[in-house]
Amino acid sequence: MSATVFERVRKVTCEELGVTETEVEMDKSFQEDLGADSLDVVELVMALEEEFGVEIPDDDVANMKTVGDAVTYIESKN
Amino acid sequence: MRFSGTTVVVTGASRGIGRSIALAFAAEGAKVACVATKVENAQGTVDAIVAAGGEAKPYGLDVSDSAAVAEVFAQIEGDLGTVGVLVNNAGLTRDTLMMRMKDEDWDRVIDVNLKGAYLTTKAVMKGMMKARTGRIVNISSVVGVHGSAGQVNYSASKAGLLGLTKSVAKELGSRGITCNAIAPGFIETDMTHDLSEDFKARAIADAPAGRLGKPEDIAAAVLFLAAPESGFITGQCLEVDGGLFL
Repeated sequence: MSATVFERVRKVTCEELGVTETEVEMDKSFQEDLGADSLDVVELVMALEEEFGVEIPDDDVANMKTVGDAVTYIESKN
Repeated sequence: MRFSGTTVVVTGASRGIGRSIALAFAAEGAKVACVATKVENAQGTVDAIVAAGGEAKPYGLDVSDSAAVAEVFAQIEGDLGTVGVLVNNAGLTRDTLMMRMKDEDWDRVIDVNLKGAYLTTKAVMKGMMKARTGRIVNISSVVGVHGSAGQVNYSASKAGLLGLTKSVAKELGSRGITCNAIAPGFIETDMTHDLSEDFKARAIADAPAGRLGKPEDIAAAVLFLAAPESGFITGQCLEVDGGLFL
């Protein structure tokens, strides 16, 4: 299960941030490692909401720093 | 045609400057969503566009109503596609000297003129960000730049639009979206119809252009800022006033 969520998060991250799959690892920070600015993060979150059919409130976005944070959050929602 | 296939939303499209803007976009091939407080008021503008061979649809909306804005803009996107150009033109006046102004007069003008633009802009942002292009044009006013006795509410709302314009320009600039404002001077519309003849005569005398403006003068400026080739102009306020404050 976990791999599936990670793979989908990775796919969305690659599409939104223009990075390659090998760069997207669980401990990578969207902003510090993957070059996202604040607007990129908003777009990424919107894309994740669409991909997983969940709503991610702003307060939760603030704690979603890494790929792993996003995976854990989405798993907790499903 | 300059705007073939582009979906354009114009608020306050029933008459005056908004109607003229809607007609001008339609004449350049745009699909125009004509928004007015009541759908039947927007119908007249739509009829004129369709009669001229253009494409438009009418929508009824109170732009200060958050839920209604979200609903109507979703409908517009469903009917006409992702919004490429948004023109925030809806506005009203409740003029009186501040000494006599009622709190409701302040609130209503700020709600429609300023909050309305905030809500509609928010409604089109997502689509424009995805499309990596977009044009937002806010209709401010020379009184937002220079102030006006008897219009603290209106001038504050129009000055507020300038702050909104610049901030949106900064937030969305990296996505190919521009946000600019136009500050019309005295334009011959229902809104300025009730000004005294004396006031109008002075406005004409003060303007190097030697006349009041026409709604078409504003529409021309809006189309310029909304054009694809104007992508390097953002966060600006263009005063279209016949040189009134030179």
